[in-house]
Amino acid sequence: MKTKVLFLWLCFMGGITGSALAAEKPQTVVVGSKNFGESYLLAEIAAQVLEAKGFPVIRQFGLGGTLICYEALRNGEIDLYPEYTGTLSQAVLNMPGNPGRAQINEALVPDGLELLEEYGFNNTYAIVVRETQGEELGLRRVGDLAGKDLTLAFSHEFLQRDDGWPGLALRYGLNQSVTGIEHGLAYQAIADSAIDVTDAYSTDGELQRYQLRVLDDDLGYFPEYRAATLVRRSARPILRDALAGMQNMLDENRIRALNAKVVVAGVDFAQVAAEFIRVNAVTLGLPEQTQSTIADSAKPWLQQTWVVELWGHFVRHLQLTGAALIGAIVIGLGLSLATYRSHRLAEGLVYVCGLMQTIPSLALLALMIPVFGIGFVPAIIALFLYSLLPIVRNAITALVNTDPTLVRVSLALGLSPWEQLRYLRLPLATPAIFAGIRTAAVISIGTATLAAFIGAGGLGEPIVVGLSLNDTDMILRGAVPAAILAVIVELFFGALERRVSPAK
Amino acid sequence: MAKVNSEPAVIFDAVDKSFGASQVFRHLSLRLPKDQVTAIVGSSGSGKTTLLQMINGLEAADAGLIEVLGQAVPTQRLESFRRGIGYAVQGAGLFPHLTARQNVTLVAKLEGWSEARMEDRFASLLNTVGLPADVAERLPRQLSGGQQQRLGICRALMLQPPILLLDEPFSAVDPITRLGLYESFEQTRQTHPSTTVLVTHDLREARRLADFFVILDQGKVVQSGLPQDVLEHPATPYAERLIESQLS
Repeated sequence: MKTKVLFLWLCFMGGITGSALAAEKPQTVVVGSKNFGESYLLAEIAAQVLEAKGFPVIRQFGLGGTLICYEALRNGEIDLYPEYTGTLSQAVLNMPGNPGRAQINEALVPDGLELLEEYGFNNTYAIVVRETQGEELGLRRVGDLAGKDLTLAFSHEFLQRDDGWPGLALRYGLNQSVTGIEHGLAYQAIADSAIDVTDAYSTDGELQRYQLRVLDDDLGYFPEYRAATLVRRSARPILRDALAGMQNMLDENRIRALNAKVVVAGVDFAQVAAEFIRVNAVTLGLPEQTQSTIADSAKPWLQQTWVVELWGHFVRHLQLTGAALIGAIVIGLGLSLATYRSHRLAEGLVYVCGLMQTIPSLALLALMIPVFGIGFVPAIIALFLYSLLPIVRNAITALVNTDPTLVRVSLALGLSPWEQLRYLRLPLATPAIFAGIRTAAVISIGTATLAAFIGAGGLGEPIVVGLSLNDTDMILRGAVPAAILAVIVELFFGALERRVSPAK
Repeated sequence: MAKVNSEPAVIFDAVDKSFGASQVFRHLSLRLPKDQVTAIVGSSGSGKTTLLQMINGLEAADAGLIEVLGQAVPTQRLESFRRGIGYAVQGAGLFPHLTARQNVTLVAKLEGWSEARMEDRFASLLNTVGLPADVAERLPRQLSGGQQQRLGICRALMLQPPILLLDEPFSAVDPITRLGLYESFEQTRQTHPSTTVLVTHDLREARRLADFFVILDQGKVVQSGLPQDVLEHPATPYAERLIESQLS
């Protein structure tokens, strides 16, 4: 009897616990990151913490910058990513001064987003010079740069941001001309004396590695960039609880040490994150016995041999460019054939396609997030739009500029517009049309590396990750196959062109 | 020389034509005899080619009436109208991607002729203009200028049109080839005496080939009539100068 009651009691309790678990069951979380080392590392720490708490995690790392991450989060394509207070207040929300987290969160309400508790460090912009040159020229403060004949090169984002170069130049009276440089390349460039001054992040591991001197921002120009997890306001309590342990987990010295492990010692960021979590499990609110599984969870990232990974990127790259190219051929040629007889329409079409070409890829990708999200589809659409111009321009030019004598003859022979197209214009335009497709194919293979900015993979992924982590091997693992692919495609279309071309 | 046929095949009645601000024809009236060769003679810019292209509707008249075999040149659905008018141009204008056979038989194919009928017609045309059968499968670039020009005439004659328009088809070849082309042309006249309008700036050519002369000067018909009448009694100083410069 007693055992029976106990059994029922257990069943009852089990039922309650079961239903409670069902209500608060950890659901899949998509973790995003931007395309620089620290962002990968912080996102990986968040991912592994969540995995340790039983959340299935999907990683969308290396997204192409603030705008893409922000839009992706707002549109539910990702569930969280590490962000910085200064970035939000200056680059996204256009807030004056140096607002704190509470003010920022107020301003984030309309977008339905919320910044969780800060990780504990301030990764602000730093203007750096080589230690040796700094000593030589007596450069201590940013203002010391004024009037010096130095080569200034800043990351593209820094050049454009309100809290970047334009304001800095104004505040410190700097009038040197500047050029843009990819942040991942800037360190190598400054170390090689190709450039003298660049922007860095104050927590970058490279500062030590390349013996760079951070110039003092004595006028307090740069706002604070305190890192924290950005989520949607609708994020469930169970997720917030799981991340709560990340509050104040790192100070500047510790994050710089972690960053240096990745970029200087070349340890995989997933391993660095796992190591960090193992040491700090208690602070992060994780039980002891979960430690080993953390390391395991990082394994799929580490253990895949690079050949297998490369093959995957290669196939994905072909899928991206193939789909975009087929779409551009069908739609581009269709539009060309539909419009070539009207001078105005044809010119308008070429103009619009040319306009597409001028939209910066990151802006185009960001614009598409509300409609197409991130990943495979918007990447294909972007590539498709970029492939249209060579196809349309070549097709229209060739169709319109058919030898006027032959056109006159075809009219005199009583050929209808369709017959004229079929028997004269199209056959004569074929070589030019093929040349356009060939150009589009090669451009598309080159541009497809942008797909990595919205997590669509392809050969751009090792390039983007390699640039972020300053890992030349990894960059080459993407760049070399992409170049080879471009050559193969070039040869393939060349051969095809010779086969289909009439009378040469 | 044959006597001028009184029945006109082509009639221009008070035709005006301008290109933008420049007027080519003003109240042009002209009758071209049926089944005979009319030469339109004049220097460059006299409006010869425009006149020719108004007959098959490549250029439309701004005002006035143009009749071809009793039918006004239509403004719509010109395709079937044009199939009744052969057209050959200087340089032949063969489609470069089609073989000699495909070039000549293209319109017949579009008209739905049977293979056998096309082949018969093609063979007899080659024979008439004096081309060997082995040119059939060659592309234009593999043929000489004279051969191309002959094929251009074959193409114009393929559908046995009652009207044939020739826009200086003999001018871009060397003199010996040209003589051969004249002979070929005369051959085709034997088997196919259509109404032919020949635009040329060469009076010798006109004298050799034409039954009727029209001399154009700056869009005006300064003289028309039988060749010997025109040549012996030039009506204007322009006609006189033209004849003197080429034939004396």
